[in-house]
Amino acid sequence: MVQIFHPGADTVARVILASIGAAPVLAVGLAYTLWRSPYATAQDVTREQPVPFSHEHHVGGLGIDCRYCHTSVEKAAFAGIPPTETCMSCHSQEWTNAPMLAPVRQSLAEGRPLIWNRVHNLPAYVYFNHAVHVAKGLGCSTCHGPVQTMKLMRQSAPLTMGWCLDCHRDPAPNLRPHEAVFDMTWKPPADQAVIGARFMEERSIKSPERLSECSICHR
Amino acid sequence: MRRVLPLLLPLLAALAACEDQSMRVQNRYEVYGKAPLFPDHAEARRPPEGTVAVGALARETALREPPPVDAALLERGRQRYDAICTPCHGYTGHGDGMVVQRGFPAPPSYHEDRLRAAPAAYFVDVITRGYGVMYVYANRVEPRDRWAIAAYIRALQLSQGARVAEAPDLAEKLP
Repeated sequence: MVQIFHPGADTVARVILASIGAAPVLAVGLAYTLWRSPYATAQDVTREQPVPFSHEHHVGGLGIDCRYCHTSVEKAAFAGIPPTETCMSCHSQEWTNAPMLAPVRQSLAEGRPLIWNRVHNLPAYVYFNHAVHVAKGLGCSTCHGPVQTMKLMRQSAPLTMGWCLDCHRDPAPNLRPHEAVFDMTWKPPADQAVIGARFMEERSIKSPERLSECSICHR
Repeated sequence: MRRVLPLLLPLLAALAACEDQSMRVQNRYEVYGKAPLFPDHAEARRPPEGTVAVGALARETALREPPPVDAALLERGRQRYDAICTPCHGYTGHGDGMVVQRGFPAPPSYHEDRLRAAPAAYFVDVITRGYGVMYVYANRVEPRDRWAIAAYIRALQLSQGARVAEAPDLAEKLP
């Protein structure tokens, strides 16, 4: 009688059986990890731009306020990408022959906007509004990170729904005095728990239940 | 199999046509997005000639009539001044802002006689129309904010030209 199965066949069969059981679990785990990883969220991905604009230089070095360029951040959903005139407010006199800035000068001369590559891109079904976040005392750096240290812009937060909800369910630790909203180096003071709770009250910030409702961000 | 294949092919084609169903990208233009519909491929459109924007009259009135100066207006002015004007004019208005320190032609100091004598409307007008190498700031500073900045410039002028005799409390605090 010829042996059909060799001595290790039992082990092979067990491994296969175990794998059949483990594969879905592992697959779900892998998908979940991948879905939240920077690979999928584009977190910390630095993007190429037509002009290598440096926030490190303009914000960190020169101390220019966010609102000098992002003029609509307090009154509109969109913070605003500055028109070429804003760049040229200084660069009509500064670095006027720099090859790096040739696209800016060309843009002004031809009246065609610079085409920047978007860094923070939310899905179309998310109706994020900058104005309300600024008005309630959420600071720029809470979501955008240490922009004043970024040579090229990168998305510092994962921007996943879970990340949004972390704050919507408990905004108090992130609430600042109004005058600190544009302070890129703000750190919560020791008594933030007390101050945050007071800001929740004073600024009539909605309850975590209301802030976690679908219609707050989705229409 | 030969009979099933023709049935299967459209099904496969339909599957292949399935794009991203997540609705992350929707059939509408994002703010400042690309818009192939228009010749310049830009979503942002210029209003047609002769358009009167919503609120244009109110803005015109706000530009013509100075708001009453109170602490809130000065505070607003300080905030706008610090954000928009300081790169050139500096925090104290001496015209020595960071961008000037990096080679931008220095603007006049607010503390020179000509600008001390200038009416508030003059500063509003310069913000609205620009002056010399200073660009137009009409699209960056709302009319009411221009008055607020003008009021704050006045406060700066007072701060740099204050006489101790006029503020008796101050004399005691000075070393």
